[in-house]
Amino acid sequence: MAMFKKKRGAASPEVSTASLPDIIFMLLFFFMMVTVMRDSSLKVDVKTPYATQLTKLEEKSLVNYIYVGRPMEQYQSVYGTKPRIQLGDKFSKVEDIPLFLEKHKLKIPEKKHGRITSSLRVDGKVTMGIVQDIKSELRRYGQLIINYSAKKDPDAK
Amino acid sequence: MLKKGKKSRMKNEVNAGSMADIAFLLLIFFLVTTTIAEDKGIRILLPPWSDEKPDITQLNKRNVFSVLVNAQNQLLVRGEPTEVRNLRERAKEFIINPNHREDLAESPDGAIISLKNDRGTSYATYLKVYNELKGAYDELWDDLAMKKYGQPYDDELTRAQKQAIQDEIPLVLSEAEPTAFGEEN
Repeated sequence: MAMFKKKRGAASPEVSTASLPDIIFMLLFFFMMVTVMRDSSLKVDVKTPYATQLTKLEEKSLVNYIYVGRPMEQYQSVYGTKPRIQLGDKFSKVEDIPLFLEKHKLKIPEKKHGRITSSLRVDGKVTMGIVQDIKSELRRYGQLIINYSAKKDPDAK
Repeated sequence: MLKKGKKSRMKNEVNAGSMADIAFLLLIFFLVTTTIAEDKGIRILLPPWSDEKPDITQLNKRNVFSVLVNAQNQLLVRGEPTEVRNLRERAKEFIINPNHREDLAESPDGAIISLKNDRGTSYATYLKVYNELKGAYDELWDDLAMKKYGQPYDDELTRAQKQAIQDEIPLVLSEAEPTAFGEEN
């Protein structure tokens, strides 16, 4: 009996926290890897529709985003409620797209220019008219790889 | 003597007690700024710009699978109203033509899908229709890859194998300039 008691007393009740920094660092590195810094805040409402035949976008740096949707409430007094295009962080017109693409192109090494993708993040309720105008403009500029951004359908299979 | 001893003992280890705090701070920063990217979508290749309009009237009628989506989001497939959920099966039947019917495509590599919409068509409907048409091709590619190489059409196939499949069933989806109905304001 006495021996048991002695042993219990000797074992320290503290949990060693020496490995805590390592664990935290591991988490830190994980989040650093998956983080994509949001470079622009959204000014239009975008709820992309659902789809099933999706492909993943590779190499984030080669992708530029074109947002289309109705202006958010705080911008409606100035920009109205008609669907608008947002390039970078400002409201734009279809004619601004070539300049936007050109600016994006400058940041990319030349041999990768053929793989630049334009991701169209369009609200599901927007009508095709404005999307069509964007598509024509992209074709005219020569930016032919595009991606209709969509979410995985949660009800499918 | 006493001082010296103290110094050497301090030198032995760097105080790492605040390491966890620093790491935590960074961790929280990244947690807040992270948006786990879920950027997926339907990847398409636009045709190069040309000023003259493509002329599909010369094509053999049986090789064209025309899909019209109007401003009320209704679907007209080869002249008859259809539901979106039936579109995939119909497209597949059209492309493969298993029973060698006279009015469906002669062969998969001659089949053309023509998609036309109004300016007033909602983007969600358009994408749903596009998704079904793409889905029809994806399923056909899967079937063919299974038959030829014993595995589905995915990244495990080599580039040459993929190309062979796409040569046999090429995806030809031509989009006409939309008609200006129902443009919203």
